[in-house]
Amino acid sequence: MYAQMVKTAGTGVKKPKDMTAEEKAFQAKIDRNEKIEPKDWMPDDYRATLIRQIGQHAHSEIVGQLPEGNWLTRAPTLERKAILLAKVQDEAGHGLYLYSACETLGVSRDELTEMLLNGKMKYSSIFNYPTLNWADMGAVGWLVDGAAIMNQVPLQRTSYGPYSRAMVRICKEESFHQRQGYAIMMKMAAGTADQKRMAQDALDRLWFPSLMMFGPSNKESVHSEQSMAWRIKINTNDELRQKFVDQTVPQIEFLGLTCPDKDIKWNEEKGGYDYTDPDWSEFFAVLKGNGPCNKDRLAARNAAWKNGAWVRDAMLAHARKKAARKAVAA
Amino acid sequence: MSNEWPLWEVFIRGQHGMSHRHVGSLHAADAESAMMNARDVYTRRNEGVSIWVVEAAHIAASAPGDKGPLFEPANSKVYRHPTFFDIPDDAGAM
Ligand SMILES: [Fe+2]
Ligand SMILES: [Fe+2]
Repeated sequence: MYAQMVKTAGTGVKKPKDMTAEEKAFQAKIDRNEKIEPKDWMPDDYRATLIRQIGQHAHSEIVGQLPEGNWLTRAPTLERKAILLAKVQDEAGHGLYLYSACETLGVSRDELTEMLLNGKMKYSSIFNYPTLNWADMGAVGWLVDGAAIMNQVPLQRTSYGPYSRAMVRICKEESFHQRQGYAIMMKMAAGTADQKRMAQDALDRLWFPSLMMFGPSNKESVHSEQSMAWRIKINTNDELRQKFVDQTVPQIEFLGLTCPDKDIKWNEEKGGYDYTDPDWSEFFAVLKGNGPCNKDRLAARNAAWKNGAWVRDAMLAHARKKAARKAVAA
Repeated sequence: MSNEWPLWEVFIRGQHGMSHRHVGSLHAADAESAMMNARDVYTRRNEGVSIWVVEAAHIAASAPGDKGPLFEPANSKVYRHPTFFDIPDDAGAM
């Protein structure tokens, strides 16, 4: 999940008798599965929560380009390089769709960018882990994009129109991401002993961080009933994590690799795997800024923003000059 | 003056001769670069054969509160639909 621990604004779900007429009509609209559009009336807390959630999601798409960008110049073949480049380029597009959706709520693109750069807004914990070998490109596509898909598919039905439409576009593009990742894993798992060892190593390092993507267990999670009532959160963290584990374990077996969770076990009764939770203290430390790559990621984004400033300014100055010249001629 | 590039809305006509359809937005300094950005972001998989970009500030939009006055009058004019008229099958295709 690209939005983790998004704090829901407000004081929790109100009883109908405590709602204003506007709030009642708003909730009824959501309950009828109608979309909320930018100019419609909405509670301030709904707006504030969505800005946090969509903003964090957008930041994750953008920062998520860094661990893969790391391997663009070192891809093993020209074809692999072209594929990875196309995938990373898609992620830039995903960031754009989401920033655009977020801007319809009344926050500007520059404000969002600045909140990422100064650490006021977060991005997914997963991108604070390094990508150490080529097999990581396989494991990231397969596991990280796979976990993102789990979360994004239900969000296509979210109540906020622009967010829902962004999710529809994103979901169309994501399955290529997961499949190209799994194709790398298949190749490496069937390769030389060294290649297979690299594939296993990538899986070992990324398994638990991928499970963390869904956010803390329901038991530890911040109160999310309000977000569910608003339909900006559709499933609980544990539901999505369980679905992800159930889908992924057979894929590990298909590759002939070993699940890093030594206690993974099929539970006939619940029709799913029993799995070990990730180390939540590690998760909270990464969120706080103490993961292996937090400083690098933020430094890279800050440098890109700073070094690109003269280009942004020059293009705008040129456009204004051209417009002024046209006005004089007319 | 803010140095944020203006917002543009992007419309694309797909392969099959349908009208241009709104697909999303982007920021760009001018129309020319908006067009290039739209090509890069919204037509990476052959989604279109034609692009329109319009600066968002130039779009006039109806307000949610106008919904009643604008659209309700059509509700009572059921005779605008072909199914309103009972024509016997014997009259042939129509
Ligand atoms: Fe993405
Ligand atoms: Fe992706």
